[in-house]
Amino acid sequence: MTENILHTEKLTMQFGGVVALYNLTIDVNKGEIVALIGPNGAGKTTAFNCITGVYEPTYGSVTFCGETIVSNHPQGKMKKMYLGEKDSEKLKVIRPTPDKITKLGIARTFQNIRLFNSLTVFENVLVAKHMRAKQNVLTATLRLNWREEKRAREESLALLEEQGLLQYKDELASSLPYGLQRRLEISRALATEPKLLLLDEPAAGMNPQETQELAEFIVKIKNKYDLTILMIEHHMDLVMKISNRIYVLDFGKLIAHGTPAEVQKNQRVIDAYLGVAEDA
Amino acid sequence: MSEKNRSLNGVITPQRKNEFFKSVLGFIRKNWVGFALIAAMFAVIFILEQILPSSSMLFVVLKKGAIYALVAVSMNLLNGFTGLFSLGQAGFMLIGSYTYAIFTIPLEARDAVYQYFNGGIIKFTVPVPVALIMAGLAAAIFAYLIGLPVLRLKSDYLAIATLGFAEIIRAVFQWDKLGPVTNGSNLLKRFPSFSSTLYPFFVSGICITIIVLLINSSYGRAFKAIRDDEIAAEAMGINLAKHKQLSFTISSFFAGVGGALLAMYQTTVQAAAFKSSMTYEILLIVVIGGIGSVTGSILSSFLFIASSEWWLRFLDDETYIGSFRVPLLASGFRKVVFSIVIMIVVLFYRQGIMGTKEISVDAILRFFRKLFGKESREEAA
Repeated sequence: MTENILHTEKLTMQFGGVVALYNLTIDVNKGEIVALIGPNGAGKTTAFNCITGVYEPTYGSVTFCGETIVSNHPQGKMKKMYLGEKDSEKLKVIRPTPDKITKLGIARTFQNIRLFNSLTVFENVLVAKHMRAKQNVLTATLRLNWREEKRAREESLALLEEQGLLQYKDELASSLPYGLQRRLEISRALATEPKLLLLDEPAAGMNPQETQELAEFIVKIKNKYDLTILMIEHHMDLVMKISNRIYVLDFGKLIAHGTPAEVQKNQRVIDAYLGVAEDA
Repeated sequence: MSEKNRSLNGVITPQRKNEFFKSVLGFIRKNWVGFALIAAMFAVIFILEQILPSSSMLFVVLKKGAIYALVAVSMNLLNGFTGLFSLGQAGFMLIGSYTYAIFTIPLEARDAVYQYFNGGIIKFTVPVPVALIMAGLAAAIFAYLIGLPVLRLKSDYLAIATLGFAEIIRAVFQWDKLGPVTNGSNLLKRFPSFSSTLYPFFVSGICITIIVLLINSSYGRAFKAIRDDEIAAEAMGINLAKHKQLSFTISSFFAGVGGALLAMYQTTVQAAAFKSSMTYEILLIVVIGGIGSVTGSILSSFLFIASSEWWLRFLDDETYIGSFRVPLLASGFRKVVFSIVIMIVVLFYRQGIMGTKEISVDAILRFFRKLFGKESREEAA
């Protein structure tokens, strides 16, 4: 039996009366690459934001490595407006901030690259080491944490070297070309020492050649760092090639899931992407 | 680190100690030019104090400039490095200067100072260095409490809220009911102050060094990450609330120390003086110096104080050339000129003097090397 890394239970996100995500239940097992696909506005990024604590889901829970990390049920105004299904009202409320979730071992990248633009490439990676260092503001100021600092620097340099970014180490992150910025963002996420990596459209804006390289890169880091990957992607060739399983969302609802071959044949998926004729 | 050292978890072995001292020595060796420059600066000020009369305008500028430099750098830590636009600096300076004054007025002078409040209720004094630290701590504690609700706000709203708190603090300190402690709206005076210019330089120097060390530490990087992108910083495991609170509290600590120094410089303290215009002056210094540059803030605070206290004084005086009265020169015109300067800076020179760059010894050496290198090449040609 494979070890379950991520499980979401009836995750629902409602913005007022708009249901962005409806009773999403997905499972990600250790060592898998799972893709989350769907047309624009299907709720893919919303799902990411619920898992990483950026949004509080209206209802539902997220379990990571057997531990419930996010859990909520409709409260206050949402009690009346809530449109989803509920098991019971007795769900616990656990609302961690995103930094706590990162600390547990879930790292993510963003759809529109979010680097620290005024910091250098090296500093961008070093920032990710901040949370794991044993230090407080006093020891850090007086440099009593120099051993931790040295270790963080060495680890960051090693990581940059592996990712082929070492030669850009002292350049500002904003001055890198687009492809390298993507790579830096993934490197930075890796520096947080995650177990699960969430990639939000890693191939956005890339040409077929770059997409090809990215596919190899993702498989490489997955094996090297013993990762599990959940990714959102629109490039179907990338998704079909590297993912073990695919979940398909449409208008916030899960409409299909299975292996790439199964999903490709699924009529509902084809309808969602190509549309259904009015008279059909 | 060898395996052997790691097994002795937490115990400082002689080997570790050696390594630490070696790194300190290495640091000193690498930066000896900087240390020499600082020593030279103190020596020059010391010599100037011996030659020039102590009433010279130069010392006024140096003293006040050093104090404002500290406050400007502390504001820059918050506004420039953490990206929190706060306008509460004058309020925290007020707390600092009052704390310092209240705890250092000699017991025999208390009856005269607190003449309307039966000599006040605090019947002890503390040594000056302790009072300076207490001034910082008092400001920091207030900042911590204010920060709890206020730091949830963003940009303009944060600025308005902190400005409001600074005004509230000013009003509260003038409240009659608090008279036994704060002497109401009356002056606090006769507390120890300094006469040598070296004193504010020394205290400000230490405080600014600590701030610079903080900015260059792991926490400083986290602050800058928050400034660049809050969402990404949070995704990198940086606790936003904690780090914002930390930056706000530390900034206020040093604003408090700066306030205490200002009290020493002025020899009297009155809450009414800590108006929001004081915060604007400091903001002006930070903007002119470059938001996100420590050396820029220091440089511009001396420039600003020199201009406002000395070089541009003539703008406030009515001047006659023969019987012709020079137009515009009248009391208050200096402020107009400053307003125009800040408009020009914001419109055309948004980076300020330094932008986010720093003056470092290396940069100066490189500059001169380049300069001389060029000259020698020209000579050769």
